[in-house]
Amino acid sequence: MKSTEILNSLQVSLTINRLCSQLIENHHDFSESVLIGLQPNGIFLSNRLKNCLENSINKKVLTGSLDITFFRDDFGRKEKPLIPSVTNIDFSIENKRVILIDDVFFTGRTVRSALDAVMTFGRPQSVEFLTLIERRFVQNLPIRADYIGKSIDTIKEEKVTVLWKEEHGKDQILLYSPI
Amino acid sequence: MRELSISHLLGINDLTKSDIDLIFKTADSFKEVINRPIKKVPTLRDITIANLFFENSTRTKLSFELAEKRLSADIVNFTAGNSSLKKGETLVDTANNILSMKVDILVMRHPHSGAAKFLSEKTNTVIINAGDGTHEHPTQALLDCYSIKEKLGEVEGKKVVLIGDIKHSRVALSNIFALQKLGAKVMVCGPTTLIPKYIKDLGVEVSHDMEKALKWCDVANVLRIQLERQDIQYFPSIREYAQQFQVNKEILQNIKKPITILHPGPINRGVEITSEIADSDNSIILNQVENGVAVRMAIIYLLAGSINRS
Repeated sequence: MKSTEILNSLQVSLTINRLCSQLIENHHDFSESVLIGLQPNGIFLSNRLKNCLENSINKKVLTGSLDITFFRDDFGRKEKPLIPSVTNIDFSIENKRVILIDDVFFTGRTVRSALDAVMTFGRPQSVEFLTLIERRFVQNLPIRADYIGKSIDTIKEEKVTVLWKEEHGKDQILLYSPI
Repeated sequence: MRELSISHLLGINDLTKSDIDLIFKTADSFKEVINRPIKKVPTLRDITIANLFFENSTRTKLSFELAEKRLSADIVNFTAGNSSLKKGETLVDTANNILSMKVDILVMRHPHSGAAKFLSEKTNTVIINAGDGTHEHPTQALLDCYSIKEKLGEVEGKKVVLIGDIKHSRVALSNIFALQKLGAKVMVCGPTTLIPKYIKDLGVEVSHDMEKALKWCDVANVLRIQLERQDIQYFPSIREYAQQFQVNKEILQNIKKPITILHPGPINRGVEITSEIADSDNSIILNQVENGVAVRMAIIYLLAGSINRS
């Protein structure tokens, strides 16, 4: 498979800073807002955003992680059962403004599952969705992101991989194409 | 290892250590789920489960039902007392009739050892053994080990004594297998008449002195005297049994070390254990009940993954 760099380390950092500013514009001091990263890949991004936000507003930002395995729509359609990751939301989301966070927005099915999953923790005032990479024109469901790092045009057979410094030594986003 | 090596849960003896680890890891997630404000997930909404209880049960039946409902499965319940078994229907016919109603999983408790295995060979469905005669009660052993792990951090290296009626207890046999697979040392303790003759062949230690056994162990799993399975008298009286094998405050004070207490229920307070100990801080009896739902959800979830939906 041929790989092309979508964002390099510096560009990832600049993009996260911009997303952080956009969040502050809408959520001010985050007193009523919480970040929820989607397991497994949204967690690195939600932690980066948390750090960036806390440095800017000098205040703790409530951040949790959500696993959506049990809410997926493809259970029993895969060869092996899906093994869940950890969910950790140790605060109430009742009447909070929730921002769901994932690294790549592809078919929209993960976000659909996440909407169901997050509601089992209470009734939020609103739910928004933030993604680092939006793959345009490939969504299966009528779901759109509220905050987008970068939009790219891809075909279904292509694959977007986000590498994080914490795991791979550097931040980089790559697009793998079949030819 | 990302999937179970089995397609039915008939006994702990069939499981590998990786299977048990996978069940525990999945149960961790379900334990978190059942502590949410909304305790239900939609995972098994296209699955139907029949609970076939040919023998009385309160805890296990409720626990399975709750686990199934929290996974959003459709369930049907069947108890032997008011069924066509009384009219002479065989087990296989009963099961096949239920399966014709498009049931995907059978959870079965039966008074005869080997009934679950028999059914798994005769029918084309996933079988979960909820206790068969004096053979195995795998989900109970798994939730016991899960509760020990939760309380003490791990099961490996721990010394566990099973006290009471070992001879008639399917919980004892499943516990021995599960604890050994997880690396614990196991001792059984009870009156000579209630310890099977060849139990040492399973690699367990045997003691008839409860104080010695308690001094040796980190965990005591206190079993009930199963009077309903005893066709002859195995000890002179309940009072004499309690004098020698009751876990109470006095004996635990003599031991001078904390021992984690388990009991699979139902408890005969004042016989095998006193209320004071059953309700003490070292007792994890109620944790066992809560964990039972999470562990059973994990088992059903993992086994349901192999059911073809197309």
